[in-house]
Amino acid sequence: MVRGVRIKDHWKEQRLFEQRALLSGAALALLTLTLCVRLYILQVSRFDYYAQLSQGNRVRIEPIPAARGLILDRNGVLMAGGQPAYQLELVREEVPDLNATLKGLVDIGMIASDEVAEVRKAILSRRGFDSVPIRLRMSDEDVARFAVRRFEFPGVDIKTRQTRSYPYGEVGVHALGYVGAISESDLPRIDTAAYAGTTLIGKLGVESSYENELHGTNGYREILVNAEGRSVDKLGAVAPQLHTEAPTAGQDLILSIDMKAQVAAEQALGDRRGAVVALDPTNGDVLALASRPGFDPTLFGRGLTRAEYASLAENSNKPLLNRALRGRYPSGSTIKPVLALIALTDNVITADRKVLCTGEFHLPGSRHMFRADKDEPRGWLDLSEAISRSSDVYFYGLASTMGIDRIAAGLAPFGYGKVTGIDISGELAGLLPTPAWKKASFKRSEEQVWVPGDTVNLGVGQGFLLVTPLQLAHVAAILSQQGRNFRPRLVVGLRDSDGHVRRIAPIEGERVSGITQANWNTVLNAMIGTTSCGHYCGTAWRQFTGSAYTAAGKTGTAQVYTVAQNAKYNASATPETMRDHAWFIAFAPAEAPRIAVAVLVENAGFGAGAAAPVARRVMDAYLLDASGKLKPADAPPEPPPAPGEMLVSQTPGAQPAHP
Amino acid sequence: MLLALKLDGPLLVGLGLIAVYGLIVLYSASGQSLGTVIRQVLHLVMGAAAMLVLAQVNPNFLRRISPWLYAFGIFLLFVVAAIGIVGKGAQRWLDLGILRFQPSEIMKLAVPMMCAWYLQERPLPPSVPSLLLLALIILLPAGLVVIQPDLGTGALILMAGALVVVMAGLQLRIMAALLALGGLAGWLGWHFLHDYQKKRVLTFMDPQTDPLGAGYHIIQSTIAIGSGGVFGKGWMNGSQAQLEFLPERSTDFIFAVIGEEFGLFGLILLLILYGFVVGRALYLSAQTQDTFARLLAGSLALTFFVYVFINAGMVSGLLPVVGVPLPLVSYGGTSMVTLLAGFGILMSLYSHRKLIGS
Repeated sequence: MVRGVRIKDHWKEQRLFEQRALLSGAALALLTLTLCVRLYILQVSRFDYYAQLSQGNRVRIEPIPAARGLILDRNGVLMAGGQPAYQLELVREEVPDLNATLKGLVDIGMIASDEVAEVRKAILSRRGFDSVPIRLRMSDEDVARFAVRRFEFPGVDIKTRQTRSYPYGEVGVHALGYVGAISESDLPRIDTAAYAGTTLIGKLGVESSYENELHGTNGYREILVNAEGRSVDKLGAVAPQLHTEAPTAGQDLILSIDMKAQVAAEQALGDRRGAVVALDPTNGDVLALASRPGFDPTLFGRGLTRAEYASLAENSNKPLLNRALRGRYPSGSTIKPVLALIALTDNVITADRKVLCTGEFHLPGSRHMFRADKDEPRGWLDLSEAISRSSDVYFYGLASTMGIDRIAAGLAPFGYGKVTGIDISGELAGLLPTPAWKKASFKRSEEQVWVPGDTVNLGVGQGFLLVTPLQLAHVAAILSQQGRNFRPRLVVGLRDSDGHVRRIAPIEGERVSGITQANWNTVLNAMIGTTSCGHYCGTAWRQFTGSAYTAAGKTGTAQVYTVAQNAKYNASATPETMRDHAWFIAFAPAEAPRIAVAVLVENAGFGAGAAAPVARRVMDAYLLDASGKLKPADAPPEPPPAPGEMLVSQTPGAQPAHP
Repeated sequence: MLLALKLDGPLLVGLGLIAVYGLIVLYSASGQSLGTVIRQVLHLVMGAAAMLVLAQVNPNFLRRISPWLYAFGIFLLFVVAAIGIVGKGAQRWLDLGILRFQPSEIMKLAVPMMCAWYLQERPLPPSVPSLLLLALIILLPAGLVVIQPDLGTGALILMAGALVVVMAGLQLRIMAALLALGGLAGWLGWHFLHDYQKKRVLTFMDPQTDPLGAGYHIIQSTIAIGSGGVFGKGWMNGSQAQLEFLPERSTDFIFAVIGEEFGLFGLILLLILYGFVVGRALYLSAQTQDTFARLLAGSLALTFFVYVFINAGMVSGLLPVVGVPLPLVSYGGTSMVTLLAGFGILMSLYSHRKLIGS
């Protein structure tokens, strides 16, 4: 190489390069140091923070819903339990062509053509590997129809999930309530964490009031997920310690209901509108609580279509109304035994004083006629006959003599005008009218005055007085126990998942006091007279002929509207919904009562004809054995009819068979 | 024998250790895919072949073809751009039927070769007119790559050329002036940007502001590195990598897999290996005997380090995310062949030094 005069100086350039190489080396070292500091910060200083983030990334907590507790009747008959339901689910990433698949499902009738857009939206809103329900509530027929063509629909499959099932369908629905989708209004009262993994909650009845006990405690499972949230099944060292907490199943409810009596009550009511409440008067157990028409609670658990809900909600027979707790009716003549007890206790009358009954009653100085019905007993009647044969004229006069204050004070201890405190919600208090109530309730001053006629009406359970079937069953129970008073209850025990049963003690209320044994005997014997024939026949003697036990009862006929002064009530000329309601209260066996019943049949006319046979059937079902003999009090339970044998209409809110 | 093959023993050992380390990590990072590892071994074999061949080539030949290689590369970049325009889409690849390759990869070598060729006969440090011409030589291919768009490779080409100029003794005050000028241009340009463009730049600079978009990669990779701790979670036990939280886990973000599974210990070990290779390469370049060889060899050594630093800095959240693979470890054939070809050139320049100019 030639070193010329040119400016290029190789030696100097070599030095320059070496200098630059050293400089670069220093820069490299500096940059590497920066990098190491950064790595130190990440991996040493902030290790805990990032380790936690990494753990949170890969572990997802998935709730395991607890199995809901069963509901059993007093003899262990299953009233509500879990049942697998079938639904169609679709996994998008396994479906080759979503539109074609949906069209195919429409063609074989799995989804309705007007639902396609909605279903599509639901599918696309979820991750591709999620299994999205696209058709709930598949019938066995649907399952079979899809099963034969399953191969045409990759990515679509039938899945089962647990739903609430009620083997007896409509039977007892107003006591049980139902399980339905959690609604906005439920949210404030529940701990949403406890409901993760469930979409259902108890509504109405014991399903609602014992929700906490039935629900149980959710378990959870930690699952390993990848970045997409897809569960991965990588066992081995990548899997951290994954915790699983098993759920604790809800407690089983043991109800006081006797399914045999319950079924009898619902069958006896049939397609008529009405209610039956039967109590064990010795402890308040609700043996039967029926309100017709009913509805199938299973529908709500599996999801109700809009049309199905509308048909229930808008049905004129109001199948959703719990008539036993919320139906408020005039008590009719069922009030007479209670009035008699009050009058006897207050010495307004004596049992053997006779009153001339003419079929009409006028207040002194008034021309207003208080009419009695056409079967009204006439002539001289003592108190017993007036009760057994249900004389209105006798009780018009008696009420008028007693006065409203004494009547109201005497009725209150029997529970009129207040709730019984049954252990399900929704109960209404009825109405015990008083002058003070009337003054407060009406606007116009002339309406606020309590007039003597109001008292007279109260004597036969008409006018402003309103009671619920549950209240009257409670009254019948108090009468049967000569004043002892137990709070009605549906749940008598809780059974936890280990099988331990915790019995709930009956709650005794304040006893109706001050009534002498003689007066009890007088009135209770008069009630026995209602169902039998002696010197005269009681109003319900026909319905209790041939009975294997002695029943005590009282009929009632509640007027829905007031017949004009000079007109006669003519059932066939009155629109059905304006006809009288039929009442019957009873207890049996009279000498040692084990069941007290109240029956109401809406717009059915006389209590004896329409309501008493229902009470008889319920009491027979509870008290008699298979051969028709009275069972001893401690007899072993008998199985109720199987669900399939139910004769009650299975159509929600069906029209009554007879007008 | 190594000398007969014109190879440098220490450098070969360093590269080999990095490659083996990389294969071990790749097996885990690919989700235990043996196929991926085998393909990567094939890439290594191809790269090693390129290195072996280039190590035998006379540096004078390399020197002579430098301008032609550069011109050929520029031509290909224009072809790619034209195809991109016709195909109405981003275009980096040239499909030759049997193989597809990125002309931008040629430029990673052709640009420093061209710069060294241009400077070899000129007095150093380079004069201002020379610098202007060098700027054109570097910015033309870099610009063509950036508009492909491939910002990462464009930046690397720029860096490879600039490092030649730096090694040629570019005055520190000119470097400072250039940096100041760049800063000023950026500051002025900022005010001409639309809001959405500003946002895009800010997200590029600080990905954490967009945790589901651009920030997702960097958040997951810092979690992976950080949760690895000092000794790591163990081979094939990195949950971030194995459960696919970490994107690009076997390619651009494989550095985070090492951090997660082998911890700080594993990363320092890797950096030591890289440091050894770069140090040896710098030493070799200082031993070469003429300007062309020195500048080219020095640039290749430094470029290698720049690759490592940009990738590690990006994965650990120090630098914005640009698509730069981790040398010899990231899965991929193109960068493997280019890098090993570069080392082949370096070995040729060193081992033929007595032939130069004689």
